[in-house]
Amino acid sequence: MTKIYFLRYPKETSSQPVIYHLIQRYEVEFNILKADIRPQRDGIMVVELKGQKEKVTDSLDYLKSLGVQAERLAGKVHRDENKCYQCGACTGICPVAALYIQRPGMEVIFDPEKCTACGLCVPVCPVRSMEISFDPMSDTTALA
Amino acid sequence: MSDPKQESKFEVNKTYAEINARIKAGEAVVVTADEMTDIVRQEGPVEAARRVDVVTTGTFSTMCSSGVFLNFGQTNPTIKAQKVWINKVSAYAGIAAIDIYLGATEPAEHDPLNQVYPGDFRYGGGHVIEDLVAGKAVFLEAKAYPTDCYANTKCKKEITLAEMPYALLCNPRNAYQNYNCAVNLSDKIVYTYMGTLKPNCRNANYCSAGQLSPLLNDPLYRTIGIGTRIFLGGGVGYVTFRGTQHNPGAPRGDNGVPTRPAGTLMVQGDLKKMSADWLRGVSLRGYGTSLAVGLGIPIPILNEDMARFTGVSDEEIFTHVVDYGHDYTNGIARHYGKVSYAQLKSGEIEVAGQKVPTAPLSSLPGARKIAETLKGWIQSGKFHLGEPVDNLPSADFSFNPEK
Ligand code: SF4
Ligand code: SF4
Repeated sequence: MTKIYFLRYPKETSSQPVIYHLIQRYEVEFNILKADIRPQRDGIMVVELKGQKEKVTDSLDYLKSLGVQAERLAGKVHRDENKCYQCGACTGICPVAALYIQRPGMEVIFDPEKCTACGLCVPVCPVRSMEISFDPMSDTTALA
Repeated sequence: MSDPKQESKFEVNKTYAEINARIKAGEAVVVTADEMTDIVRQEGPVEAARRVDVVTTGTFSTMCSSGVFLNFGQTNPTIKAQKVWINKVSAYAGIAAIDIYLGATEPAEHDPLNQVYPGDFRYGGGHVIEDLVAGKAVFLEAKAYPTDCYANTKCKKEITLAEMPYALLCNPRNAYQNYNCAVNLSDKIVYTYMGTLKPNCRNANYCSAGQLSPLLNDPLYRTIGIGTRIFLGGGVGYVTFRGTQHNPGAPRGDNGVPTRPAGTLMVQGDLKKMSADWLRGVSLRGYGTSLAVGLGIPIPILNEDMARFTGVSDEEIFTHVVDYGHDYTNGIARHYGKVSYAQLKSGEIEVAGQKVPTAPLSSLPGARKIAETLKGWIQSGKFHLGEPVDNLPSADFSFNPEK
């Protein structure tokens, strides 16, 4: 499973090799989507955790034990229609065909209903018209 | 051009002057290359050549080997710029005091490039060109050594395209006539100028407008030559020479259409008259920056051969499948089969018995819009055809009379 979390580090933890331990001990894939960590300040990070469900849960417990606050986020992907020039490069990358070609006109259609917010299209789009944003999920699911 | 009254091997013979006169009178029959395919199919090349005067083509995709010549205006005291950056992107200044060339693939200074692999390449020469055309102010820095006539040693200023005395889009290689279909047969993902390619041949990318593409409609460069007036970046431009890597000797099918990358064009035009809708800075992950260029060429139907050429359909245009996981970077000339653009556009091809999904990198809706725009310009009489003053190097070819 893949889940996206917003992490807030207390300043004492910021410099510890937290990510290294996560990968080593819990065998989770760790993809940093956004980070702002400065010495002697609280650090924040938006990360994607990928791995078996128990391992992801264990790694979150580990983070909490270090005083890191973790909040589950829901990713949302949106296309800037003014930027998209209908090249089609994203259609080969989207795993669920939320970006697809409509034949015979060869228009590139984005279907937000199908989109799982995996984010794969974001760096692939040559003009960066695919944008991902994160919103907190409701409280009950926040640390699921 | 030959006098039509002389002996001609064609049944239909028109000259540029006649077609231009018809354009001026508002009588020219102009169709897009898509429409011409149907017309030739229904009426045959001779009838089509009688009826149609001009066929418009278009293509809109990333075209490396693009850039701009800029003259950024003198400073006081005057400067003979030696190093120049625009928005931190380095331009070549070794031309004259304040003449520079800024290339589309130049990354911004201090870009991490591929050190963080695959690099994002957020900003580079292509983006500077888009920003300029969009009317945005850019930050120009220049360094120089002083001379008696140019005393200034540095300059920093914000400047817009309108404030520059001169700006010429000058692309040494555009409008590639056909291009490879790219796959990746290695076991790791690769990030190429042909897009992101998954391992073990799980996707295929291609990059041509097919039957709408300019040089696929005039495969032997019989009308597209030095001096041809074109749609370039939303404005008017010209073919000024053969492009770099122009290779008329590439293998061709019975219809004269190359099945490999072949001809290319050097094009230029007044940047100030262009539009950011048709010049887009692009970031190709793991590869670098570039410029997506909108380009369209009108093809005069001088005779039935030109009707046959422009009547070409995606079913009759082929390219080869090339491995970018290993072969391309190691200079291995090998291919994994021939596919038509009709197959490519269907969304799936077969490579070595395996079904592979395809994706275009060239904007078909964009290409169609260019062909339509150019058609509108010609129909309204505001754009007439440029007769080439010289031809591009071509290959021997004649249609098989049996066919
Ligand atoms: S975020 Fe993922 S699922 Fe959504 S459009 Fe992009 S690639 Fe497709
Ligand atoms: S890659 Fe970007 S520009 Fe190209 S079709 Fe997809 S969203 Fe549009």
